[in-house]
Amino acid sequence: MGFHQISVKVNGNDEVVTVSSNMTLLRMLRESLALTGTKNGCAAGECGACTVMLNGEPVNSCMVLAVEVDGQEITTIEGLAKDGQLDIVQKTIIEKGGVQCGFCTPGMLISARALLNRNPHPTEEQVVEALVGNLCRCTGYSRIIESVQAAAERS
Amino acid sequence: MANTDTKPGTMNPVGKSVQRLDVMEKVTGAAHYTDDIPFGNALLYGRVKRSTVAHGLIKRIDVSKAKALPGVKVVVTGEDFPNLIGLYLKDKTVFARDRVRFVGEAIAAVAATSEEIAEKAIDLIEVDIEPLPAVFDAEFGASKDAPLIHPDLANYECPNFIFPVPGTNISNHFKIRKGNTEEAFKKCAVIMEKKFRVPHVQHVPIEPHIAVAQVEPDGDVTVWAASQSPFSQRSSFAKALGVSESKIRVIAGYVGGGFGCKAGVTMENVAVALASKSGGRPVKVRLTREEEFFTNFVRQGLIINLKIGCDAQGNVLAMENNQWWDGGASTEYGVNITRAGGYNSSGPFDIPNITTNAMCVYTNHPIGGAYRGFGMSELHAGIIQVMDMLAEKIGMDKVEFLKRNAIQGGDFNVTGMKMHPVGLQECIDKVAKELNFSVKEKASSPTKRRGKGIGIVWKAPSMPPNAGSSAEVRLNEDGSVTVSVGGQEIGQGTFTVMAQIAAEALGVAYEMVKIEGPVDTRYSPYEWQTVASRLTWSMGNAVRRAAEDARKNILEMVAEAWGENPANLDIKNGYVVSMKSEESISLKNIVVYGIPRPGDQGWIGGPVLGRGTFMPSYVTNLDKDTGQGARAVVHYTTGCQGIDIEIDTETGKIEIIKAVSVFDVGKAINPDLVKAQIEGGFIQGMSSAIFEEMKLVNGVMKNPSFVDYRIATTADLPRENIAMFVETAQDDGPWGARGIGEHPMTPTIGVLANAIYDAVGVRVSNPPLSAEKIYLAMLEAGVVS
Repeated sequence: MGFHQISVKVNGNDEVVTVSSNMTLLRMLRESLALTGTKNGCAAGECGACTVMLNGEPVNSCMVLAVEVDGQEITTIEGLAKDGQLDIVQKTIIEKGGVQCGFCTPGMLISARALLNRNPHPTEEQVVEALVGNLCRCTGYSRIIESVQAAAERS
Repeated sequence: MANTDTKPGTMNPVGKSVQRLDVMEKVTGAAHYTDDIPFGNALLYGRVKRSTVAHGLIKRIDVSKAKALPGVKVVVTGEDFPNLIGLYLKDKTVFARDRVRFVGEAIAAVAATSEEIAEKAIDLIEVDIEPLPAVFDAEFGASKDAPLIHPDLANYECPNFIFPVPGTNISNHFKIRKGNTEEAFKKCAVIMEKKFRVPHVQHVPIEPHIAVAQVEPDGDVTVWAASQSPFSQRSSFAKALGVSESKIRVIAGYVGGGFGCKAGVTMENVAVALASKSGGRPVKVRLTREEEFFTNFVRQGLIINLKIGCDAQGNVLAMENNQWWDGGASTEYGVNITRAGGYNSSGPFDIPNITTNAMCVYTNHPIGGAYRGFGMSELHAGIIQVMDMLAEKIGMDKVEFLKRNAIQGGDFNVTGMKMHPVGLQECIDKVAKELNFSVKEKASSPTKRRGKGIGIVWKAPSMPPNAGSSAEVRLNEDGSVTVSVGGQEIGQGTFTVMAQIAAEALGVAYEMVKIEGPVDTRYSPYEWQTVASRLTWSMGNAVRRAAEDARKNILEMVAEAWGENPANLDIKNGYVVSMKSEESISLKNIVVYGIPRPGDQGWIGGPVLGRGTFMPSYVTNLDKDTGQGARAVVHYTTGCQGIDIEIDTETGKIEIIKAVSVFDVGKAINPDLVKAQIEGGFIQGMSSAIFEEMKLVNGVMKNPSFVDYRIATTADLPRENIAMFVETAQDDGPWGARGIGEHPMTPTIGVLANAIYDAVGVRVSNPPLSAEKIYLAMLEAGVVS
């Protein structure tokens, strides 16, 4: 097994990390960079709990190899709030009561932020579509969908 | 943030929809779950060698090659851990010993310096198993022809309310014999009988099971686990290792969804077993998603035959109810699920004559455990449909039929217990009104059919009669309050509700209260388990009493200082005020340092600490032969659900136009959290009703992934998901509250089946109520061609 040194910008910070060839981005974030807000729910690209932004696009970080992100930009849940201010999607999910156990929440919020970045005023169908890969077993989703719509209205 | 000066805060928060305590951590990624705790380089990773045979005798286990692999530090097998464990019935060991009983059963485990090495080592363990005839059907399993899965059943330890039948696969036979069912059926104008099969399903928390264990230098064992029941886990670990409870410490942070599967002990014992031989190094065991599906607790399957009869006026007179629960390879928990199936077997109906046989049957399937309202989704799936069939057969309005037969306060129910006041009539009325139930509405297109279904449910906390709670309330220098509890925040919002209760009882703002976490059995007060929708009621009582105790201490201190009677003092918004002298003093500082006596002549009071406990004292055992007794349970939460759907006749697909759920919660301590439980519970119920089934073929689960075992996503939602509640106070609940966490998913299978029948005139009765099944049923009935 080979090891590689990669340079990556994570939440605006330049990081140099030594990773093994088979290490996933998910493991690199959690184990090498101590960014444990990104969750491991299935390690198979099926539940969305590990969603992060790779150059602004949402990806399942369990399906990306760490070596692939050399020279790229990553945003995790820890990078959503700026200067101590919550992102609007974080504020509205609190207001709408869209958080229960919280395990899907980081991935859900990243998918929501990525959607609003590429489409600031999505229709309900577009919100549903953007979150369809993020499984939640607690909330029944509707409050989360409403929170993204509310965030769009306010931004 | 607690701040007495700048924020007014929320006074008297009980009954208000205050913001959850845990949201800032959870939306920023800061909330710590068990997998997020750093253990450094000493950490070992555990993996499990599992049976690929459903039933067989273990002839040989050879771990020598695994042990020889560099990086492997520990290998354990059943030889090392002979003790029988189990929550209700002690019928299992940590690892299979002489025989395996299901595909996925743990046979051995390895701890290594990396997950990859551990995985490789597992493959190097050689196991020879001689297959035995297996049981994959509960009804067959209960018969004399079935091979015995637990020949030692007679020797297993269990409490006196579980009735195993030695020499069979029946590990609990719960009976109801109320009235004279045979005679009553003769008086019925209409009798309907139907057999239902409810498949195994999985809880599917998004966080898979995880545990880390470590032996401390003094020999004590610490376990960090995603756990709904740190205290009962402590007890189980102690028994598995043959040590006393005080030698074990369980620390349990936030839980990423439980729904029952993280109650009791399953894979956590593997981490403990490995750590007991790792020389002090911590060992982490984390299930893969595939393992999560079938190696842990599942919702056991049910075969139920229901025969119910009513007179010409629509009064239900008699029920015969035979249940075969597919308990799986161990029924340590399943025996109690069966018991719940028995003592709830009437559903929320007043039925004078009932014969019930609820049987827990060993099979060679995955092990059944608690799943959100255990037994109740499965039981009500059938009852809701047969009641619908009866109403139709005698030509009675369905709402009228439910209201006529729904259990009421003062009725003597299925176990002979006198019912407390229930608001079920009001729940039914609200659903019927909100759904315009009596109005047949038009479908949105000629290729669609529209229909509505309705049904009622009940559920009592299914637990030992003496499940206890305790709490401590401490005050800090700034007047803020710390509450210690042993119940777990698993997403339901219990920490928020406990803070509301403490604030209300003490007389401070909600924002001044924090809940101590994580729960740690070394420091936290005892709590039985976070299950059964019991915390708001039971732990809520303990917290209220603890806060009242603290309040009493504070008032006595101030009364002495002021020379007043404590009865004339009150705590309002963080100040002690005298109703007599109108004097007031802030809680700040005095709750830690006390109050100086006049003229510096000493001090009064000191650190304020309130303690409270609660344990129901009135639950009685039931007669073994009749299932009758004074009070089987603490109370029942009841409710009604109605669903308005369209079915696409070209595909069989259901679209839910509107779902309405109304439950009697006694008192909504936090109305928005109650609604959130009802909404989320409905979607989980809908998901299990329409999509979910563990496809078990000869004991092998064929669909252990999110691709093949589909759960509801954002694309599957009803157009409207309405949650409401009524409040008929519970006499011993805090402010009248009773539980609501589990109930919302329990009616959904039956109610959807009724709606399908109303829409297309075909009864598709066994979940999953998939498009394929509905389409084929329509085809067979000639609804479509």
